[in-house]
Amino acid sequence: MNRAPSIVVDKLLKRFGAFIAVNQVSFQVHAGEIFGLLGPNGSGKSTTIRMLCGLLTPTSGSATVVGFDVAHQAEETRQHIGYMSQKFSLYDDLTAIENLQFFGGLYGVKGRLLDERIAWAMKMSGLAGSEQLLTGELSGGWKQRLALGCAVLHRPQVLFLDEPTAGVDPLSRRQFWELIHQMSREGVTILVTTHYMDEAEYCNRLALIDAGQIVAMGAPSEIKQTAIRGDLLLIECSPLGGGLAAVKQAPGVIDASVFGAALHVVVSAGRQPVTELPAFLAAHDVRVGRIEPISPSLEDAFVSLTGGRALGADSSR
Amino acid sequence: MNLRRTAAMSRKEFIQILRDPRSLVIAVFLPLIQILMLGYGARLDANHIPVYVFDQEGSQDSQALLKAFQASPYFDVVTTVNNYRALVRAIDSDQAKLGIVIPWNFSQRLDDAGRTSVQALLDGTDDNSAQLAEGYAQAVVQTYAGNMQLDWFARYGLAQQAASPLSVDYRTWFNEDLESKNFIIPGTVALVMALMGALLSSLTIAREWERGTMEQLIATPVTAMEIMVGKLGPYLVIGLADAALCAMFSVGWFGVPFRGGLGAFFITTTLFLIVILGIGYMISVATRNQLGASQYALLVTMLPTAMLSGFAFPIDQMPAPIRAITYVVYSRYYVSALKRIFLSSAGLGDLVPEIVAMSIYAVVIGVFATRAFRKSLQ
Repeated sequence: MNRAPSIVVDKLLKRFGAFIAVNQVSFQVHAGEIFGLLGPNGSGKSTTIRMLCGLLTPTSGSATVVGFDVAHQAEETRQHIGYMSQKFSLYDDLTAIENLQFFGGLYGVKGRLLDERIAWAMKMSGLAGSEQLLTGELSGGWKQRLALGCAVLHRPQVLFLDEPTAGVDPLSRRQFWELIHQMSREGVTILVTTHYMDEAEYCNRLALIDAGQIVAMGAPSEIKQTAIRGDLLLIECSPLGGGLAAVKQAPGVIDASVFGAALHVVVSAGRQPVTELPAFLAAHDVRVGRIEPISPSLEDAFVSLTGGRALGADSSR
Repeated sequence: MNLRRTAAMSRKEFIQILRDPRSLVIAVFLPLIQILMLGYGARLDANHIPVYVFDQEGSQDSQALLKAFQASPYFDVVTTVNNYRALVRAIDSDQAKLGIVIPWNFSQRLDDAGRTSVQALLDGTDDNSAQLAEGYAQAVVQTYAGNMQLDWFARYGLAQQAASPLSVDYRTWFNEDLESKNFIIPGTVALVMALMGALLSSLTIAREWERGTMEQLIATPVTAMEIMVGKLGPYLVIGLADAALCAMFSVGWFGVPFRGGLGAFFITTTLFLIVILGIGYMISVATRNQLGASQYALLVTMLPTAMLSGFAFPIDQMPAPIRAITYVVYSRYYVSALKRIFLSSAGLGDLVPEIVAMSIYAVVIGVFATRAFRKSLQ
């Protein structure tokens, strides 16, 4: 596999008035890699991807995609990339085939090749047999795979996916990621943004982005290992709020936050908090149900790196 | 400009027009409705003007004059009243547009002095109709007077002098019957083109923004120029088809003559459509909003075309400052060309000033339109 970087981003910055949406972001993505930008809504993921597709002009910094400068060679860049925007944006009043023909025409795919690619896209999206349905009548998963088909009709070297699975059912999401992996195996470089943890796990490498800045970068397993400085415990207790306040005072506790109906607590490595903490909490009128060590998730890593903000939160401040 | 991409754009736009009931109505039915409405409604001539008569004398002479009014196709003598107040009331209540008062000594003065007069009361709320009624009434009275003179000469054996020594024979060219429909209907083609072209083109870019399809579109290699040409091309074709439809309707249904060249008709229509579509497109780019865009587009295309193009209100009769403004109203050149193509047998050679003026507009608008849209989300 060719390991030359297909995407090189260097100190990219985007300012909207006084607001800095993307702040000095730098990363590289290698050919055939699946690279994820993980962060909450408003963290600058979409702005970054839009700059890389030449849809927004960077305020400063630079980026090249397959060797073309995205700010100055946008048209050349576009011939080599596929882009799926965050919102579904095919034409609802065209049939699936007509949408494919339209985008095939715009990308200069013609003749037999176009027929082949359309047949492939219809099969890939599971729409073979539904040629005459208007796109607006399709369900979410079909629409999304059709949009993917339109974006890769011209066999781009790089594929940009902005929140591709938003609003799609779990089965369709899994099918979608299988397609992405298949393309990656065929050498397509894929940059995907998401705020779903499970999807982030599918990426070869990730950049965690918060408030326009990259807070961690690496393989998902690396990020999880390095972000948590200690051991992670899950504690079910009641009351939850009182438990959180109390556990933060406990000896050896580095960080604690609420996850669903339980607490995730980071403690100094090597200590024995499973035995000590229940007693400490009981002394603070907190009843402990379950306490056990767990392996950290990306969510834990994210919360730990951003000082307590969860992915579901809006980081645009 | 890549032809394949432009063609893909046009094809998509055509499909969307065919599937969008609103666009279809604007493209097909609106022109027909408009030409029917304007063909029937926008008439400037007056027929069957209702007349009330107060005949104070009731003599043979006065009855003869009233017969002359009755015989005229322009007047309907609705009723005869027997006092002045009733006549005034009829005009006040809009039952009569013209009131005629024949004095009690009408025939006596005619015999004694050889000359007499009648009074005509006109409803001037619609000055155009009032002026027409006045003119027609004078014509009726003059004919009556002339006939009377001939009778008088004949009675006294002066037949030789019966004919006037000098008379003018009028012959009107281009609109022989001086029918206002022949004057107005050719201009309605311009109105139809302006309405249809502006409405449809103002939706093009705004629709992509509103439906969220723009982002995907500008992420492809298609250029701004290809988007514009690809999108407006179908509307140019539809516009030309509508123009042909309007012309056929004008001739076939309303009996307006079409004496000029088809080449001149389609070339001037193409130039006009380029201007209109370019304006609509620029507005669409600027507003990114279908409703706002269509309203602005109507304001800058329909309004000047209806008011300042000479379509119904002759430019020569406008005050000098307004007349000066009409020179920058692009539609005046098209309306002027249309009237001459329909009514006089104008060909391309006769329309050089109009074609030059419209070409300048088409080029200027075209240049601005190609620069209006930038492929960016900002």
